[in-house]
Amino acid sequence: MIPGSFEYHRPDSVDGAVALLNEHGDEARLLAGGHSLIPMMKLRMAVPSHIVDLQAIESLHGISEEGGEIVIGALTTQHEVLASALLAGKCPILPEAAALIADPQVRYCGTIGGNVANGDPGNDMPAIMQALGATYRAVGPNGSRDIAARDYYEAAYFTALEENEVLTQIRIPTPAAGHGAAYEKQKRKIGDYATAAAAVILTMDGGRCSSASIALTNVAATPLYAEAAAAALVGTDLGEAAVDTAVRLAEEITEPTSDGRGPADFRTHVAGVMVRRAIARAQKNAG
Amino acid sequence: MNAEVASVEERKQNLKGMGTARRRVEDARFVQGKGNYVDDIKLPGMLFGDFVRSPYAHARIKSVNKEAALAVPGVKAVLTADDLKPVNLAWMPTLAGDVQMVLADGKVLFQGQEVAFVIAEDRYAASDAAELVEVEYEELPVLVDPFKAMDPGAPVLREDLEGKTEGAHGPRRHHNHIFTWEVGDKDGTEKALAEADVLATELITYQRVHPCPLETAGCVASMDKVNGQLTLWGTFQAPHAVRTVASLISTIPEHKIRVISPDIGGGFGNKVGVYPGYICAVVASIVLGVPVKWIEDRIENLQSTAFARDYHMTGEISATRDGKITGLKCHVLADHGGFDACADPTKFPAGFFNICTGSYDIPVAHVSVDGVYTNKAPGGVAYRCSFRVTEASYFIERMVDVLARKLEMDPAELRMKNFIRKEQFPYTSALGWEYDSGDYHTAMEKALETVSYKALREEQKANREAFARGETRSLMGVGVGFFTEIVGAGPIKNCDILGLGMFDSCEIRVHPTGSAIARLGTISQGQGHATTFAQILASEIGIPADQITVEEGDTDTAPYGLGTYGSRSTPVAGAATAMAGRKIRAKAQMIAAYLLEVHDDDVEFEVDRFVVKGAPERFKTMAEVAFAAYNSVPPGMEPGLEAVSYYDPPNMTYPFGAYICVVDIDVDTGVTDIRRFYALDDCGTRINPMIIEGQVHGGLTEALAIAMGQEISYDEMGNVKGASLMDFFLPTAVETPVWETDFTVTPSPHHPIGAKGVGESPNVGGVSAFSNAVNDAFAHLGLTHTQMPHDHWRVWKTAERLGVTA
Ligand SMILES: Cc1cc2nc3c(=O)[nH]c(=O)nc-3n(C[C@H](O)[C@H](O)[C@H](O)COP(=O)(O)OP(=O)(O)OC[C@H]3O[C@@H](n4cnc5c(N)ncnc54)[C@H](O)[C@@H]3O)c2cc1C
Repeated sequence: MIPGSFEYHRPDSVDGAVALLNEHGDEARLLAGGHSLIPMMKLRMAVPSHIVDLQAIESLHGISEEGGEIVIGALTTQHEVLASALLAGKCPILPEAAALIADPQVRYCGTIGGNVANGDPGNDMPAIMQALGATYRAVGPNGSRDIAARDYYEAAYFTALEENEVLTQIRIPTPAAGHGAAYEKQKRKIGDYATAAAAVILTMDGGRCSSASIALTNVAATPLYAEAAAAALVGTDLGEAAVDTAVRLAEEITEPTSDGRGPADFRTHVAGVMVRRAIARAQKNAG
Repeated sequence: MNAEVASVEERKQNLKGMGTARRRVEDARFVQGKGNYVDDIKLPGMLFGDFVRSPYAHARIKSVNKEAALAVPGVKAVLTADDLKPVNLAWMPTLAGDVQMVLADGKVLFQGQEVAFVIAEDRYAASDAAELVEVEYEELPVLVDPFKAMDPGAPVLREDLEGKTEGAHGPRRHHNHIFTWEVGDKDGTEKALAEADVLATELITYQRVHPCPLETAGCVASMDKVNGQLTLWGTFQAPHAVRTVASLISTIPEHKIRVISPDIGGGFGNKVGVYPGYICAVVASIVLGVPVKWIEDRIENLQSTAFARDYHMTGEISATRDGKITGLKCHVLADHGGFDACADPTKFPAGFFNICTGSYDIPVAHVSVDGVYTNKAPGGVAYRCSFRVTEASYFIERMVDVLARKLEMDPAELRMKNFIRKEQFPYTSALGWEYDSGDYHTAMEKALETVSYKALREEQKANREAFARGETRSLMGVGVGFFTEIVGAGPIKNCDILGLGMFDSCEIRVHPTGSAIARLGTISQGQGHATTFAQILASEIGIPADQITVEEGDTDTAPYGLGTYGSRSTPVAGAATAMAGRKIRAKAQMIAAYLLEVHDDDVEFEVDRFVVKGAPERFKTMAEVAFAAYNSVPPGMEPGLEAVSYYDPPNMTYPFGAYICVVDIDVDTGVTDIRRFYALDDCGTRINPMIIEGQVHGGLTEALAIAMGQEISYDEMGNVKGASLMDFFLPTAVETPVWETDFTVTPSPHHPIGAKGVGESPNVGGVSAFSNAVNDAFAHLGLTHTQMPHDHWRVWKTAERLGVTA
């Protein structure tokens, strides 16, 4: 439980961070809140020789709305997400989900950027970002580019981010007013990653579902955007048959591992239950 | 003088003696983060040790290469078994009569076993170097399933025991067999079972769990080569026994060893035994001539230091048609891991498991226990219970419920029908224990009434009907549990550890100004001894508890004692405290009478003073007597006011209680919600109600953890699954329900103050109440028993098996 030795850097600009990443290649790791990276270093599953701490970069903090997009700086903590009036009003699924992450101590340090960047299948925010259709802004030596959350995750801890890029912002198209959203997460205890969890975002129009998106957490090596499941809801009144179909289609794409939370079949089943409950609650929240 | 005499009541309050909810004196330092734990100890020149541990559960060690490790800057030495052999310390004795490798000698027997010990100037260097020790292993077939341990072709685990047909506890039948332990009337029991109207059989498994104290194990060893003195600070639940063992195995004379237990952050049995880390730190300090610290991390603690339980109990219970229990039989397959390192009194290789007739008047019973070796960590300690008592309690409480199903009788009613009656005490059980006192019917009636048991059953009936109609997906379960513990080991005639009788001790010095210090042979790990023992003394000698310092844990100053575990501190050391107090009082009475110029018998003790009989205005306070003890004692009497008592208890004590749990189960997810938990404890005389309540809260929380989630499990390769707090269930406030506590008082007739001990009761009684509740929720669907832990997936699986999942 003692990390290997490393050199510590604290740049005060994104360019400075990128330069350090460029210089040290795969020997360097960015440090945000440290609540995923430091445990891995203590277990020596990560042994970086250079730590590039992002905390001093002011431009990475803050939540704002810019022309139809909610913009969240990568260093925004999960606690700040939880406490944001802007998000509570316009994108309530984020504070709702933040409250289900770990415990207050972790949330005071852990950042939303670290949470989505890491590629840990257990993290809750990635699936929600997929459901919201978010993009991640990445800045590297050749400038910046946007990567869709739905394209970002390749395998556990493998993402579309290059070694020398910093994820600076999360950009979310502001969800339609009156949308309904819910995040249902089953876990064993406070501080646990999901046995399975589901994010559902939908809009209702005259009793019919006019749009829907669904994504799943911790039931595969990456978050799962459940496109077919969501499509099964659109145009329906969210009656039993439509919901059953969505649940089945969502279950079908899961590929969970067996672990202390239970064997794979149980986790697939729970994913289905979470989808069903999230649909019901999102429908209730819509309007 | 003596004009304004406070009333007796006021003076009693001022003492804060027995029965007072006195605030814990320890807390002032703990809540400020000012405790002094082993890892807080820093000595000049101190080095740090870290282990290289085996990644394999069973492997031969072909070679160990230290070179790269020794080259790391700051590394002072790397020890292996070969280095320990010349000083005869490659192996060490266990408390159970077995031997255990200190560092792997030729092979490893469990994942996480200690292979080499790296000593360096700081923890970082030690940890870096540990990664660089090259160990070449040859994997061997792994034995994980205890039921396969005694198969003819099972791998030989303990080559050192090859050909040994006699173990510490009798004959061994197989190379992986440790002992068979039998108690009771075998033929009589078979006959009762054969002739019974009703017979219920069940395999009850109590899974392997871990005490998981918040502070892991560790020590600092400091050998002063100039005067040949070894000082050893450590997380020891029995510091005096550690000193004796250290002397015996190191050949350092006992008077040259000082063992100190500083503040301990929870023990729960995990800190009773002797671990390789202690030995390695001592050896390293002797070799290098400087202090050496060793502190386990959490994963090491969960993987390698003592586990608890792992009992596979096959039970048969018989009864008449109308529910009178006629016989009980139990066979236990006990998985002890790679070495037998259970911490039990010498003559009890399965602890006091034969308390398994529980609270019931069972005419005939038989128990046999087979201990076996497997490729798992050693241990088998009493995790917040007296030796194997939680296992026994869980067993009987599940069996009684299983029987109730078979009889189609209410489980509370079946218990009431079979309880030992009040007038039967002292009661000798079919398996040989003499229960000191009890009033089970009163306790159970109070419990049932308080929770409105009948109404709960009616609500449950309505819930089941609604469930059948598809109106709810939630099932309600009511768990009834009753327990009798056996604590306070114990009488020297049958209880010893490594030949040391299990007495305990207290030494008191009263200072001239009327304050005092008491030192005991026990050691608090959070139980609040400094608070409660002062209260016992306050009542016994009339000095306010706030003026009494209680000190434990330093073998150079405290009297010899066997330590704290098995709820023995109050029953044994608490008794010694009262007895030593009475010696003080007897001497004080003579001094008082002398000062008052009356005969000894003409004064009587009243709260905090001695009063001349019939002349209440003439008295001497204890403070006055204390001062006089140092300047005007009666002619011929030695000055001073001190006493010491070594107490050999005549019997154990038998706390008991009635627990009721109400659970709601979401059958679609397996999520359980403990809606209500009521705990009635009878621990005899109550010394500090607030501490009792705190102990009950803590113990129930551990019981919840065990019943609902804790498990140290292994895959088929012997890899420990989930040895971190991410997986090992340590409940937070969020998972913990509100505890309702209650009590009755049935004093122990043989204990000087009638106290029985309470710290472990809630763990012993709680586990079965939770488990009974979960089982009860599915009873109407035909379930008789499902194994713990009742985590989400197992509960869901049960629902699925019974055909009620979607
Ligand atoms: C006990 C515990 C329980 C937890 N439970 C949950 C849970 O239930 N759900 C959940 O979602 N999370 C959980 N977490 C994880 C927690 O939310 C982390 O804080 C979060 O996932 C990572 O954020 P961080 O700021 O701490 O990142 P860090 O640990 O600092 O970094 C994580 C990784 O992301 C990289 N990184 C960080 N920031 C950037 C960036 N801006 N650009 C590019 N790469 C970056 C780092 O290099 C590193 O590889 C838990 C953590 C703990 C300790």
